[in-house]
Amino acid sequence: MVTGWFVGDGEDFRLLGTRCSACVSVFFPREDTHCRNPGCRGGDLQEVPLSRRGRVWSYTDSRYRPPSPYVTDPELPWEPYALIAVELESERIVVLGQAVPGVTVADLTVGMEVEVVPGVLGEDAETTWTTWRWRPTGVA
Amino acid sequence: MTAEVAVLGAGMHPWGKWGRGFVEYGVKAARAALADAGVDWRDVGSIVGADTVRGGYPGYVAGATFARALGWQGARVASVYAACASGAQAINTARAQILAGLADVVLVVGADAAPKGFFRPAGGDRPDDPDWLRFRVLGATNPTYFGLYARRRMAVHGDTHEDFAQVKVKNAAMGALNPNARYRKRVTAEEVAASAVVADPLRLLDICATSDGGAALVLSSMEFARRHGAAEPVRIRAVSTVTPRYPNTVLDLPDIATDSAAGAEPSAESFRASIARAAYEEAGIGPEDLSLAEVYDLSTALELQWYEDLGLCGDGEGAKLLREGVTAPGGRIPVNPSGGLASFGEAVPAQAIAQVCEVTWQLRGQAGDRQIPDARVAVTANQGLFGHGSAVVAVR
Ligand SMILES: [Zn+2]
Repeated sequence: MVTGWFVGDGEDFRLLGTRCSACVSVFFPREDTHCRNPGCRGGDLQEVPLSRRGRVWSYTDSRYRPPSPYVTDPELPWEPYALIAVELESERIVVLGQAVPGVTVADLTVGMEVEVVPGVLGEDAETTWTTWRWRPTGVA
Repeated sequence: MTAEVAVLGAGMHPWGKWGRGFVEYGVKAARAALADAGVDWRDVGSIVGADTVRGGYPGYVAGATFARALGWQGARVASVYAACASGAQAINTARAQILAGLADVVLVVGADAAPKGFFRPAGGDRPDDPDWLRFRVLGATNPTYFGLYARRRMAVHGDTHEDFAQVKVKNAAMGALNPNARYRKRVTAEEVAASAVVADPLRLLDICATSDGGAALVLSSMEFARRHGAAEPVRIRAVSTVTPRYPNTVLDLPDIATDSAAGAEPSAESFRASIARAAYEEAGIGPEDLSLAEVYDLSTALELQWYEDLGLCGDGEGAKLLREGVTAPGGRIPVNPSGGLASFGEAVPAQAIAQVCEVTWQLRGQAGDRQIPDARVAVTANQGLFGHGSAVVAVR
């Protein structure tokens, strides 16, 4: 559904952004057309992997089934999942993502360290949609 | 400071879930505003509609849709979309036409028939649209964003569930007195606490519903107002419609990530605070001059944030201000005397106009049981998708 947002498996899994060669601004989701910094003369936008680890800026969860285009099976009972906004120190950016299954808001605190891991958003007969997930470090 | 425009008339269609079309709500509100102004529709030189994205083409060409329903009469026409700031940008368009001498009297209308449940993006597979992406990739609804901001406030400022609930208690008490509000029942903190969690830490009664509704204003030049016999009308003195500044470092609907601050230092001032400051500067007033404020309480926690961004108190002091009763009726600066979105629910293109209707009635002393005594200066404020926000300053 979107390409070039992440790459790799297991320990090598990383979110991908782009970085402006002139002003070093980082963009996620990737910006491939123009640097959006109004004070920048405009540089090349180069793909860069983002930091694997960051700190929780805030978190919440989704106790009710989100509407389409989020894909869920209406036949199955709704399983709430947590959403985590994560601050990446060197990029100075906050990236939102779902928590890994099993991690609830009760397991989270603002400032806690988390890392990015691969996950599956959904699948049907033809396609498996992969995604990124945030997982507290030290959790298997 | 810019020149002023007069608010000659204000009108609403009551908020609710009426199950009818947005045109009907808008026309009802428009006719009420025209009657309030004592202006014949055929004497209106321009109509500006605030768009609704639901309803297909008629929603996207709201100005012409309302004009046709009221009866084509050859006025200038414009339609404006700016998410939650749509109504304020429609007001601003009308104001600019009046100040430029393009029209003496302008009718501004916003109305919506909102879908049930969560707002969702327009249909189709549209991975180039951040609004589509946040739903498709994360299932991140509006309440989940409000939950993130609320949880952040709890962690950084020590706000509590009880603080959030007290915002609902305050606003519901005012909404109970407002015949245009959808919810006209007082609510207790216990009822808030007993309602279901929607997006931790926020519960159903912390979050505003989606509603139907309409609101309209008749604006004119000060000279027309005088000729028309309105010697001392409520005046609009400022309309702020500023964008954020790069890098915007607070996660913002509908984005999945913030701008990075790696390539440019962020402004010390938040986007919301800059919306308010631009309005204050244009009006030549400050927060100390306010008699009341109408702000977007999409969630209870968000109202506390607005106290700080409007400069009613310092950073992190919003809950303290609420606890001290400063923002309640009888306090130094009552906030959301209309009952707020907590009592109205969201009818997006109508909301910012409805805020100005409320402050108009308050400044005229026509707000009935919810009247704030001797109201002289009011501000409205909101923030919406895609870097939109607005604030209006009205005086009498
Ligand atoms: Zn750049």
